[in-house]
Amino acid sequence: MASVEKDHVSGQDTTGHEWDGIKELNTPIPKWWVYVFFACILWSVGYWFVYPAWPTLNSYTKGAFGYSSRGQLVGEMEKAREARASWEGRFTNASVEEIAADRELLTYAMAGGRALFGENCAPCHGAGGVGAFGYPALVDDQWIWGGSLEDIQYTITHGVRNETDEARIGEMPAFGRDGILSTQEINLVAEYVLSLSGNATDAAAARNGEEIYLENCAACHMDDGSGMRELGAPPLNNNLWLFNGTKEGVVAQITNPRHGSMPAWGLRMSENDIKLLTVYVHSLGGGE
Amino acid sequence: MTQATMAHGAQRAAAPVYYEDVIKKFVLAATFWGIVGFLAGVYIAFQLAYPVLNLGLEWTSFGRLRPVHTSAVIFAFGGNVLIGTSFYVVQRTCRASLFGGRGLANFIFWGYQLFIVLAALSYVLGYTDGKEYAEPEWIVDLWLTIVWVAYITAFVGTLLKREEPHIYVANWFYLGFMVTVAMLHLGNNLAVPVSLFGMKSYGLFSGVQDALIQWWYGHNAVGFFLTAGFLGIMYYFIPKRANRPVYSYRLSIVHFWALIFLYIWAGPHHLHYTALPDWAQTLGMTFSVMLWMPSWGGMINGLMTLSGAWDKLRTDPVMRFLVTAVAFYGMATFEGPMMSIKSVNSLSHYTDWTVGHVHSGALGWVAFISFGALYYLVPVLWKRKSLYSMRLVSLHFWIATLGILLYITAMWISGIMQGLMWRAYDEYGFLQYSFIETVEAMHPYYVIRGIGGVLFLAGALVMVYNFFRTIRGDVRKEAPYETTAAVAARG
Repeated sequence: MASVEKDHVSGQDTTGHEWDGIKELNTPIPKWWVYVFFACILWSVGYWFVYPAWPTLNSYTKGAFGYSSRGQLVGEMEKAREARASWEGRFTNASVEEIAADRELLTYAMAGGRALFGENCAPCHGAGGVGAFGYPALVDDQWIWGGSLEDIQYTITHGVRNETDEARIGEMPAFGRDGILSTQEINLVAEYVLSLSGNATDAAAARNGEEIYLENCAACHMDDGSGMRELGAPPLNNNLWLFNGTKEGVVAQITNPRHGSMPAWGLRMSENDIKLLTVYVHSLGGGE
Repeated sequence: MTQATMAHGAQRAAAPVYYEDVIKKFVLAATFWGIVGFLAGVYIAFQLAYPVLNLGLEWTSFGRLRPVHTSAVIFAFGGNVLIGTSFYVVQRTCRASLFGGRGLANFIFWGYQLFIVLAALSYVLGYTDGKEYAEPEWIVDLWLTIVWVAYITAFVGTLLKREEPHIYVANWFYLGFMVTVAMLHLGNNLAVPVSLFGMKSYGLFSGVQDALIQWWYGHNAVGFFLTAGFLGIMYYFIPKRANRPVYSYRLSIVHFWALIFLYIWAGPHHLHYTALPDWAQTLGMTFSVMLWMPSWGGMINGLMTLSGAWDKLRTDPVMRFLVTAVAFYGMATFEGPMMSIKSVNSLSHYTDWTVGHVHSGALGWVAFISFGALYYLVPVLWKRKSLYSMRLVSLHFWIATLGILLYITAMWISGIMQGLMWRAYDEYGFLQYSFIETVEAMHPYYVIRGIGGVLFLAGALVMVYNFFRTIRGDVRKEAPYETTAAVAARG
């Protein structure tokens, strides 16, 4: 080698190589580095003996522990099922009314209902059921399709305006789009609708809209605007609005109405889970 | 070794012509794409905190901008730094001018920039093959293949005509990076185009095999692009800047081969608890654990090269970037093997912890070592006496460091919290939290992460200003950093 020299700071020899002024010391590899490296290798080799590790021609080494991640999952699911088994039986044999009346079952149902609600319902109805634009709040005492345990259970099981035959159905005519009412008439009736909750912006127009309301709207929303649950026609005589409660919003809804829909959860959830959810939703605010 | 045949020592031949014009272009391109990439990162970080910033437009949605960010920082910023520095280092450590000359070098430069622009445009317009960090469609992949072959040709050609007897360690790492990246690129992008003139293609593999190939690629993009390549930078610029010999030649050999051999197996740790067979998960995990020390070999060699020159941390802010980069490298390469262990991974996987881990490596290691190298190169390439301002380098260092710390601590908290919330059960065995509640809980940390990103970007803009003034030939009037001798003299 060309020019091995001693580095005065470290006391090590250089290797004698030099590139663009860079030299290298001939320092031995640190002992602790070697030991830790070997320890990691030893640990890994040990791991290979006890866990599935190396492929063979048409299988793989299974390992002494007999572990498989699928087996682990099956075991955990089984344990969870066992823990719930006694509860499941009691829920199968109880109606939602009985569950709501039994303190122990109710506590369990509230815990389960909260978890199910968070995963399945909260994306539309909001965390805790506070509702969102176009998705009814479940924490108040206004129920579009009914707020008894039985009504809620039916709505969750069969949903609203979906592809199933049992779904709750109700459709508002498109008064503007289909030319049933003129723009002028819609303007008047919108003012009347707003006046039912004390929000009219033009009292004279509201008075003139009453007759149009009684002829076109009252059949579903009722004369006093209290709504009709059989058809899912919401009350108009309070300040709870599913869509937009401004004049503009009401006009838009009369002209070309929006309709929400909800899946039939009976197709996706067990009957017991729907019972838990029913009791939970019923408890949120104004269950009847 | 027959010394007589080698031009060495006293018989050193006159220095060959080094092609530096093209390296200047790579330096400028890296700086430009760095800003683009950091800006995109800051923007999508705030999109996560405030979704309204998606603007309701398909082109500005998170899904399209996220690959713009990752590709801009990894391949545009990092790639230009890697190719530029490798051309600088290989010429000087081989005492040979670049193989292929200006023509080939310029083809590689412009070809690579075209690849970047094509990739970014196609992401924004919605073309992707859906493979993380390898999103470009087949036609862009083919173009990159051509450019990459040209790059390897220029680099290896220069190695072959070297005037030094040995190949310097930095060049081993650069070579390991470019050869492996070629292999990964070809393997992961095997696809059948739907039509000759359409962008759409379908990958050759499907299901879990596709996933395994993807993460074989994905993890080794980290291992060979972001680790081996940047270790090449470290092995040249740290000893050069510190003016000290490399700590241990033997360690550099052993950790190089151990790193190259072990890294390529580690990919399956991205697929723990999936349909990937258990045996493959085990191998991915154990090889990741064995990788810990080989990774740390680079850290030891980087830090210990400073022995006898530690005072430079105080007197040279550029050195601070280089050394802090190595410290972050050490941290990230400890955290990585730890997170690959299945029981840890079952908590960390799919959470922000992973995002924080990647960024402690990407911001702390890759970007900092790059900043150090760029600060070294700019005055040298433009033949200036010094940088415009060392105080501004220091300012850049501190705001960027603060930004990284905000980023990674926010992601540790948010990630571990997220993982714990996902697996929390109540006394009856029901999930304690719904997914949406975990998202709500992460919001404050997303804001902190965004602020960290703003600081990091601000630091990079300070660097751009410093470069601009340096290249113009200005020198700022400022108090110089005291040398060790001056401090000693003052007593």
